[in-house]
Amino acid sequence: MSAGRASQAPLLQVKGLVKRFGGLLATDHLSLNVIPGEIHALIGPNGAGKTTLIAQLSGALASDEGSIFFQGQEVTRMATHARVGQGLARSFQITSLFPKLSVQDHFILAVQARSGTSFSFWRQRALEVSMMDEALSLAARVDLSDQINVSAERLSHGEQRQLEVGLALATRPKLLLLDEPMAGMGPQESQRLVRLISSLRTEASVLLVEHDMAAVFQLANRISVLVSGAIIATGTPNLIRNDPDVRRAYLGDELATH
Amino acid sequence: MPYFSAVSLARNANLLMAAIISLAIAFPFLMQSLGLEYYVSFASRILIYALAATSLNLILGYGGMVSFGHAAFVGIGAYAAAIMIAEGVPSALLGWPLAMSLGALLALGVGALSLRTGGVYFIMLTLAFAQMIYYLCVSMKSYGGEEGLNLPTRSTLPGLDLKDDIHFYFVCLALLAMSLFLLKRLIGSRFGHVIQAIRQNQTRMQALGYDVQRYKLICFVIAGAFGALAGALLVNHGKYVSPAMMHWTQSGTLMIMVIMGGVGHRFGGVIGALVLLGIEELLANHKMAWLAALYPNYQQHAMLGVGVLLLAIVLFAPQGLAGLLVRPEPPLKSRQ
Repeated sequence: MSAGRASQAPLLQVKGLVKRFGGLLATDHLSLNVIPGEIHALIGPNGAGKTTLIAQLSGALASDEGSIFFQGQEVTRMATHARVGQGLARSFQITSLFPKLSVQDHFILAVQARSGTSFSFWRQRALEVSMMDEALSLAARVDLSDQINVSAERLSHGEQRQLEVGLALATRPKLLLLDEPMAGMGPQESQRLVRLISSLRTEASVLLVEHDMAAVFQLANRISVLVSGAIIATGTPNLIRNDPDVRRAYLGDELATH
Repeated sequence: MPYFSAVSLARNANLLMAAIISLAIAFPFLMQSLGLEYYVSFASRILIYALAATSLNLILGYGGMVSFGHAAFVGIGAYAAAIMIAEGVPSALLGWPLAMSLGALLALGVGALSLRTGGVYFIMLTLAFAQMIYYLCVSMKSYGGEEGLNLPTRSTLPGLDLKDDIHFYFVCLALLAMSLFLLKRLIGSRFGHVIQAIRQNQTRMQALGYDVQRYKLICFVIAGAFGALAGALLVNHGKYVSPAMMHWTQSGTLMIMVIMGGVGHRFGGVIGALVLLGIEELLANHKMAWLAALYPNYQQHAMLGVGVLLLAIVLFAPQGLAGLLVRPEPPLKSRQ
């Protein structure tokens, strides 16, 4: 990480964010910055509150306290779709697709969302060739060109995960929140996704929640460690690898193998 | 492989459509020549209910919004048209668009307040709003209150005599055909794709950047307007309006029509209205000797039979009767 980057205004700035579920403090006065162009990994044990945080950042869950700034603008109370419009997109930990729709139709819906109005009630969408073309190039981006006419329910698990990431990409995000994109993938599929995420660096920042430590240390510019709803350490992969608190709280011996 | 290629299937569908349209056009003249004028009026009733059920199918089948208050939109259209006639402004060109506007406006209010909820809460809220409108109309003593109001005449349209049952039949037929064509265009449009995708996965649509509440609300408003148009026609059909038209059981009847005919099928509402009203008519006005021989009390227990039929459709043909006409999808092959 270059020294110049750290002084850049953060793309995403989270200040004192809180989420309570009854008596449980799922997000505990959490603060976090994502800098333009970085892949920022968020790791932590199960139940640390990673998915809760992603839900708060994307607008699916309302926060009880604190604030979220995106590109310097406060988005704490902004609706999900409006955040997506600003360039803050997410993928889901549990694949969330349209089972009966083809890969192409998925991407067309994504293209349609940001290409002018969808309050068109008369003109037949099937005639809009330019949207089809864009859908095809998006499919190529996530290696799904051969599955373009296959319905989502007939894709393999790995292909579904590729589509999941592809849909988030299709919104042309400035910051991509990826919630365990490699979940349940084989090593080969994982590597393909690692290459894809790595190639995003030039166009978007990534906040990556992932359990696959090999992938995390391969991809991340910085890593934040989340334990019990609070971030206990943030730094470069080397720093995190050698942080005694982190080792005690979470990584244990797992890191010895990397 | 299926027995028909896609082309011949499409050609068969077009032939079937042409046959149905010809039959619908010839029907009133046929009945008249046979001296069965009553059935022209009965067929008009089916067309009107088909329109109401189709408008419900737009939100229920395509939008996935299970509204249990659709009779309220039919009812407000009915009262709008009836009051215009009662107040001496019978022009359909004024009364029917007014009915549709009020239906849309009511849907806008009900939708804005209830679409943020889902599932059972949405069902109960739409039911509650419909009951409110029902009691509002019961309390309108100057327009008949609970008893309802008989109208001196039907609405008027330039160049047509709506008092003539055959003219009225063709007006209903034209409006239903136009609505079904609009529905076809709508389903294939950008908007149509959006509402169908919202039905399948609302969370994903939000994550793609869609303001799902707005799309659902507009869909709800369109359905409200067409429900109200059906109401305006219904009032003209019977020259009578009463709060019973928007009783919650009416919402249930429309829902049964949609489920029987085919949820999310373009002709589901039409088929459902035809079958349900057809059964009702057979039971009420025709002594079926063979059935009486089999089961003497069949007329008393007829609704039980309708219930069993509905149950059978839900269990064995979840796509409804229309679904039986459409080629089923090939089974899933496991991949990997």
